[in-house]
Amino acid sequence: MSALLDVKNLRVSFPTPRGPVEVVRGVSFTLGRERLGIVGESGSGKSMTGRSILKLVRAPGKVTADRLSFDGIELTAQSERQMRAIRGARISMVMQDPKFSLNPVMTIGEQIAEALLTHQTLPRSEIRARVFAMLESVRINDPERVAKLYPHEVSGGMGQRVMIAMMLIPEPDLLIADEPTSALDVSVQAQVLDIINEQIVGKGMGLILISHDLNLVASYCDRILVMYRGEVVEACKASELGQTKHPYTRGLLAAMPRIDENRDELPVLDRSAWATA
Amino acid sequence: MTAISLKNLDISYGHTQITHGVTLDIAAGASFALVGESGSGKSTVLKAIAGLAPQWKGDIAVNGKPRSHGIDRGFSKMCQMVFQDPYGSLHPRKTIDTTLSEPLDIHGIGNQGKRVEETMAAVGLDRRFRFRFPHQLSGGQRQRVAIARALMLEPRILLLDEPTSALDVSVQAEILNLLKRLRREQGLTYLMVTHNLPVVSFLCDRLAVMRGGRIVEVADVAQLKAGTLVDPYSRELLAANKGHALESA
Repeated sequence: MSALLDVKNLRVSFPTPRGPVEVVRGVSFTLGRERLGIVGESGSGKSMTGRSILKLVRAPGKVTADRLSFDGIELTAQSERQMRAIRGARISMVMQDPKFSLNPVMTIGEQIAEALLTHQTLPRSEIRARVFAMLESVRINDPERVAKLYPHEVSGGMGQRVMIAMMLIPEPDLLIADEPTSALDVSVQAQVLDIINEQIVGKGMGLILISHDLNLVASYCDRILVMYRGEVVEACKASELGQTKHPYTRGLLAAMPRIDENRDELPVLDRSAWATA
Repeated sequence: MTAISLKNLDISYGHTQITHGVTLDIAAGASFALVGESGSGKSTVLKAIAGLAPQWKGDIAVNGKPRSHGIDRGFSKMCQMVFQDPYGSLHPRKTIDTTLSEPLDIHGIGNQGKRVEETMAAVGLDRRFRFRFPHQLSGGQRQRVAIARALMLEPRILLLDEPTSALDVSVQAEILNLLKRLRREQGLTYLMVTHNLPVVSFLCDRLAVMRGGRIVEVADVAQLKAGTLVDPYSRELLAANKGHALESA
């Protein structure tokens, strides 16, 4: 299986008055048509890694990489115009909060149709049919009614399902989901992740799931990268998360309270132990 | 003795009634959790107790004294609230020192410098942060400031509205440990709102499950740990929380 995405020595830096700060420091990984999870705390560079794949890091941020190739296309060499043909159609991204990522003045149906029409021309009846079919596949039972609603008229969970529908309707090869459920209730989270999972497996796509929740990533991904201060400190199979060696990963796992919690105090990370300058 | 007693509490925002007949007794020194999904009215109950949702019917009594609908200084000394988002709940243009002395000013309490330093030490904040602004602190440090502010008047009861849900797991662990230690040292009563059941099982001894503005079940945390909640909705909530933990185990 040839790699869908091949990243080598990815670096992202931002200039500050005291010189550039590197937020991603030499991340390398390859991804086939599989589910990869990236975990880390705030500021670990996990979101920046996701964004730089789509070249969505804005100036003055600087992205460099020895290799950043997607399905044989070298992304670093693409112009902004060429990137627009890739974004959405080949690689798409689900953002964290549906409240801020959907257009408040367009109906849901129009927004989903727009995602499709940006990349191809289709007769109106077919667009309608595809939008409804897509809404149905993200388990929205009455697509005709929902397509006419505006984003403020739907709940957070439904908004996120609309986002997923919008991202998947152009049938991309790779989906990047950046904290897709952290703005949602626990009871809705599982449902949204199941939908993403079902679509990914059904269509044979690649998935990068970015999250701070180790358990969540472990249950929905095949492989996991753990990031700390811009570097990948550990890469493992999701099923082997329990046997990880790195003190940071172990610390994160131990710091999480469990439902059958009997510890008197939760262990806290001692950051000095593995600080990398 | 009961620290907080609610009887047939109906809270409304305008014409919309949010809770329906909430009745609850919380013993002094207990740590009680209100759980449920968004929109179930759990935060609204806290707001009504704190006086931020004045449109209610029924009875609220704190330490045996009924609460009025207005601002009540005696009440503020007994009961304080910590909010969810440490990025939004601190005044961005006031130093930590100003934020912490404000409650003392309002209540005309002297010896402010010493009290501020003592409380900062109690929540594990270094003295050098005293004259900094909120944007110079991390999320965990800000939540410590918010907890310190709630403790300035030496209340007996803390109302905690999702105190750790905006924080990273590693920072969440620090704040949870802090809350547990403070309760042990100062004999506080906690009423905490959360949707994170593992947090409940770490910090609390009893919980109430809310749905659609009603309490559907009151249980011991032992029942939560053993998975023997009775109400079908509580079980559903438990299953959703356990969902990914189980699959990965």
